[in-house]
Amino acid sequence: MDEKDRILLHLLEENCRTPLSELAVLAEVSEQDAKDRIGRLEAAGAIRRYGAVVDWERAGDGNVAAVIELKVSPERDFGYDRIAERITRFPQVRSLRLMTGIYDLQLLVTGPSMHEIARFVSEQIAPMDRIRETATHIIMKTYKENGTTFAEREEVERLPYSF
Amino acid sequence: MRNFVSARARAIPPSGIRRFFDIAQTMEDVISLGVGEPDFVTPWCVCEASIYSIEQGSTAYTSNKGTPQLRGAISRYLDTRFGTRYDAEEEIVVTCGVSEAADIAIRAVVDPGDEVLVAEPSYVSYTPCVSLAGGTPVTVPCRAADEFRLTADALAERITPRTKVLIANFPNNPTGGVMQEADWRGIADLLVDHDLLLISDEVYAELTYDGDHFSPARLPELRDRTITLNGFSKAFAMTGWRIGYLCAPPAITAAALKIHQYVALCAPVMGQIAAYEALRIGEAEKDAMVREYRLRRNLFVDGLNKLGLACHVPKGAFYAFPSVESTGMTDTEFAESLLREQHVAVVPGSVLGPSGAGHVRCAYAVSRDNLKEALSRMGAFLDSVK
Repeated sequence: MDEKDRILLHLLEENCRTPLSELAVLAEVSEQDAKDRIGRLEAAGAIRRYGAVVDWERAGDGNVAAVIELKVSPERDFGYDRIAERITRFPQVRSLRLMTGIYDLQLLVTGPSMHEIARFVSEQIAPMDRIRETATHIIMKTYKENGTTFAEREEVERLPYSF
Repeated sequence: MRNFVSARARAIPPSGIRRFFDIAQTMEDVISLGVGEPDFVTPWCVCEASIYSIEQGSTAYTSNKGTPQLRGAISRYLDTRFGTRYDAEEEIVVTCGVSEAADIAIRAVVDPGDEVLVAEPSYVSYTPCVSLAGGTPVTVPCRAADEFRLTADALAERITPRTKVLIANFPNNPTGGVMQEADWRGIADLLVDHDLLLISDEVYAELTYDGDHFSPARLPELRDRTITLNGFSKAFAMTGWRIGYLCAPPAITAAALKIHQYVALCAPVMGQIAAYEALRIGEAEKDAMVREYRLRRNLFVDGLNKLGLACHVPKGAFYAFPSVESTGMTDTEFAESLLREQHVAVVPGSVLGPSGAGHVRCAYAVSRDNLKEALSRMGAFLDSVK
C-alpha cells in the first residue's frame, strides 16, 4: 500500500459515494488507476464494506444499544479466539473486541428494547462456557460515532474578505 | 479645524476591496473564496492548553520577546523542520502575528530614502509599511510565465544604488508560487553583490505540497542578511490568536525588539501558550490540515481549468490564481460581476500588485462541498456572460 492508496482509503472512509472521477482528481491519479487501486484494496480485504454512519436516534428508530464487558477464561491453544468467534455469530453483536484491563471482551450490542438486550445477555451470552462475569452498560446518548460528531455546532462567522 | 490626519496616513491607499466587502455584506448566501485564513478551527489540544492556562491565572505580560518556552520551541522547530538555526535568546522575537513582525522588521532596517523592493503580487501590507517607515517601495514583478517565481533578471532590473532591502513571500499569497533552492541561489548572488538585506515572509511554509519548503536563510551567504518571518496562523489554523515571530541576526533582532516593546509590549500570553502547545503536540493535526488543503487544491484547480479559467497548479499556500483573460473582462469586473450575480467572493489580482492583473485570487481554504458549489456557480456565471 502506498500514499495514493492511503489517500483513496481516507476519501472512501469519509464518503464512499464520492464519484470515481472525483477520487482520481483528489488523489492525483488517473481514473483507471483509481479504479484498479480500489479493486485491489477490496480484494485484499482492506476495504471490508461500504456503509453509512447513521444517527439512529435522529432517524426515529427506537433501538437501544449497550456496551457489554465479559470476563472470559481463555482456552488452552486457542486463547480467546474460539469463544470470540462464537459470539460474533450473533447478529445483535455490532462489534466485538479483545481488550487489555480488568475484563477481556467488549461487545457493542443493539436491540429493540432494554428488556431484549437484558434477555440476550442473560440467556445467550452469560451461560456460554468460559464466560466468568458480564457487565452491561446501556448507552444513554451518542455524541460522536466513527469520527462524526452528531450534535450540530453553530457556524462561526468569518469575514467575507481578508488579505 | 485643521485636518489632523497625518500626510503619511493620508498617503496610504484605501483597501482595494472595501466596495466588494460592502456588497457581500448585503447577501445571505455568499460562498467566500476571498478570505486569507483557514476554515478550520484551531486544533482542540491547542485550545485546551490555552483555556487551562487562563484557569490557572496565566493572564499577565510576558517577556517582551516572548516566553522562553515558546522561543525555545520555535528555535528547535525551525532547525528540525527547515534547517535554519536561530538562537532562542538573541535571534527570535515573538510578535502579534506576522503582520507586526513585518512592520517592525521594516522599521528596524529602513531609513528615509531607502528603496525597498517588494516582490509582487503580494500580501497588501508590505508597501504601506515601507512608506510609513519613510522608505520608497519598488515592486518587482513575478510573472505567470515563471509560475510566479521571483527571477534574478526581474530583480536586477529594479536594483539601484539606493536599494537596501528585498521583501519576498514564498509560498506566495496570492499566487501559490514557491521558490526552490535553485531559484534562491540566483537571487542570493544579487543580494550579496549589491549588499542587500532579505525579509522573507514564510508564513505559508508548512503549506507546501510538492517537495519541501526551502528557507532562504539556509544558504550560508544569506544567513546573516535575512530576516525570517513566520507564524502560527496558517499552519495551525490560529489566525485569531495573533502569534508570529521574527528571526534575524542579534543586532537586527535587538533593533526590532526595541520597536516591538514600545508598540506591542509583548504578544498575548494566551496565544503564546497556545502556540507552544501547537509546536509541542500539534504536528499530526497540522499535517492532516495540509493533506486536506492539497485535496482541495486538486479538486478546485482541476475544476477551474475545466471551466476554461487557466490556472497553474499552485505548489504552496491555499490560493488558486486563475487567469480570467479568456472572459474578456478585467479581474475587477470579473470579481464584481461574479459576486453580484452568483454570490461567489474572489479577490481581483490587480489589488495585490500590477502583475496580478487579469487574475483572481481564490482561497481554497473552504470545505470541498463549498468548493464544488463555487465551481458550479462560476460555471453558471461563465455561461451567462458568453
